[in-house]
Amino acid sequence: MGSGGTGQVERFSLRSAYGEALLELGRRRKNVVVLDADLALSTKTVRFRKSFPSRFFDMGIAEADMIDTAVGLATTGKLVFVSTFAMFAVGKPWEQIRNSAAYSGVTLNIVATHSGISVGEDGSSHQCIEDIALMRIIPGTTVIAPADDVATYALVMKLAEHKGLSYMRLTRPNLPRIYPEGESFEIGKAKVLKKGTQATIVATGSLVWPSLQATDILAEEGISIGVIDMHTVKPLDSKPVIEAAERTGFIVTAEEHTVIGGLGEAVASLLAEHHPTRIKRIGIQNRFGESGSCDELMDLFGFTPEAIAREIKEAL
Amino acid sequence: MEKEDFNFKPIQPPVELIGKLTAKARQLRKDVLVMLAKAGSGHTGGSLSAVDILTALYYYVLRHRPDEPDWPERDRFVLSKGHAAPALYAVLADCGYFPREHLETLRRLGSPLQGHPCLCTTGVEICTGSLGHGLSLANGMALGLRIDRKDSRVYALLGDGECEEGEVWEAAMSSAHFKLSRLTAIVDKNRLQIDGATSEVMNIDPLDEKFRSFGWQALVVDGHDFKQLLSAFRFAAQERRCPTAIIANTVKGKGVSFMENNLEFHGRAPTEAELKWALAELGK
Repeated sequence: MGSGGTGQVERFSLRSAYGEALLELGRRRKNVVVLDADLALSTKTVRFRKSFPSRFFDMGIAEADMIDTAVGLATTGKLVFVSTFAMFAVGKPWEQIRNSAAYSGVTLNIVATHSGISVGEDGSSHQCIEDIALMRIIPGTTVIAPADDVATYALVMKLAEHKGLSYMRLTRPNLPRIYPEGESFEIGKAKVLKKGTQATIVATGSLVWPSLQATDILAEEGISIGVIDMHTVKPLDSKPVIEAAERTGFIVTAEEHTVIGGLGEAVASLLAEHHPTRIKRIGIQNRFGESGSCDELMDLFGFTPEAIAREIKEAL
Repeated sequence: MEKEDFNFKPIQPPVELIGKLTAKARQLRKDVLVMLAKAGSGHTGGSLSAVDILTALYYYVLRHRPDEPDWPERDRFVLSKGHAAPALYAVLADCGYFPREHLETLRRLGSPLQGHPCLCTTGVEICTGSLGHGLSLANGMALGLRIDRKDSRVYALLGDGECEEGEVWEAAMSSAHFKLSRLTAIVDKNRLQIDGATSEVMNIDPLDEKFRSFGWQALVVDGHDFKQLLSAFRFAAQERRCPTAIIANTVKGKGVSFMENNLEFHGRAPTEAELKWALAELGK
């Protein structure tokens, strides 16, 4: 489970892995239907469109209509995947998601790309940092944020067997690969990547890799930190978190998302009730994103391995 | 307000059929009022304005099997104006989807009859209540049925105030774009919404021209005239190129003199005394 050096690391597209998984699902199951809102090229649903044009619908720039149309399709036995950018997949049609999709109890998968601030230059209007919170608070939902392309492919395949309303958030930039190809995943079962003695980072999505890197930096200074990949933010896999809290007495959460309502709060609530533990939440602190390159923004928000290592060291 | 136009040929339904539907609608109106009075809250005016449309649909137009609610070949009905739930419940109970006794539990804790339609009620196709969703939901059903090569039709009943919601027009664009000719939208145009006359709160006229400009066939009828309603549904079913909107001019609170066009009864149930007068007016 190497986290690689700090130099040039090969990076892989989560979106392409999603497109690939959709294609495979389309081949296997005749009831798979995909909807997009004029962003098929960016979300990579375009490959499904080319192979299965009669089961793909471009709904135009009309996200509320897209979600409800997807719900209508689901009532006729279709396994529907809906995609667009996170801001427009969750932010715009939240009420459609809540009242038509979730409340009806249909099985529907919303896979959003371009979540978080790593979207970069497009700026805050396109940087959805609230989507985990928005989807977590709806009763009965599943919320997933894969950390690399291998996890993305595996978890999309798992979604095809998963009941109810599920939300998967993907980030735009390619990410270093954490898992060997073919690694298996279970929705709702976290991956303990590293065990430590002084603290444990519970990370999700794009911050899993920098968290692993941060523990390497700290290891050189003799500081032992564990890492858990919480790819499913809801339902939260409580067992490894409580175990880590018992073992290390200090939990750090890391997410490319506002600390309000996201993974950090989910972990904090769990521990407050079951095993009160010192917590440090790394994430976006009650502010909006802004334009800039992805690297500049990751640096600005303290999401680099060095910044995460520094935060943990200071907190210890 | 649009005038009823007969740009389509009215059919001549048998006199007995019209008589049967008229009697049924009168009974359903009484069920709605009793149910609402018992519940002590709910939307009276918009339920009564929709009763004749629902009667035409469930007792003549829709292909459905109350004893087999999941029959795959059934036509689908979406009550987009979910606040007219009492009218839908009265119809579903009368058709035999669930026991009539359930009507007495409307809006009570633990009841299968929620304040707005929900899948916990047998015969309800999808949850509605928040306005603006139904046409999109119906589009999705129509697309799914088309993928499966089924000839089932899909009907969505909207309110006229509801047409102020932007999603209705997103959906109207989609229905025409995907050429959903087996889809029919009915607008229960009772001309009143909570804050006043629809024309004054947020004018949506001319509705028929709006739908036509979105690529629909639009028919304007008297929503309380069974001959016109049945003709319009028949005409819609013959259209093969585009979806059909039936603009049904109705009267809010239809059937009870002191409720007709009375805004007060948009969102309140009749008292016991009012129920007595209303039932007396509706007669046998």
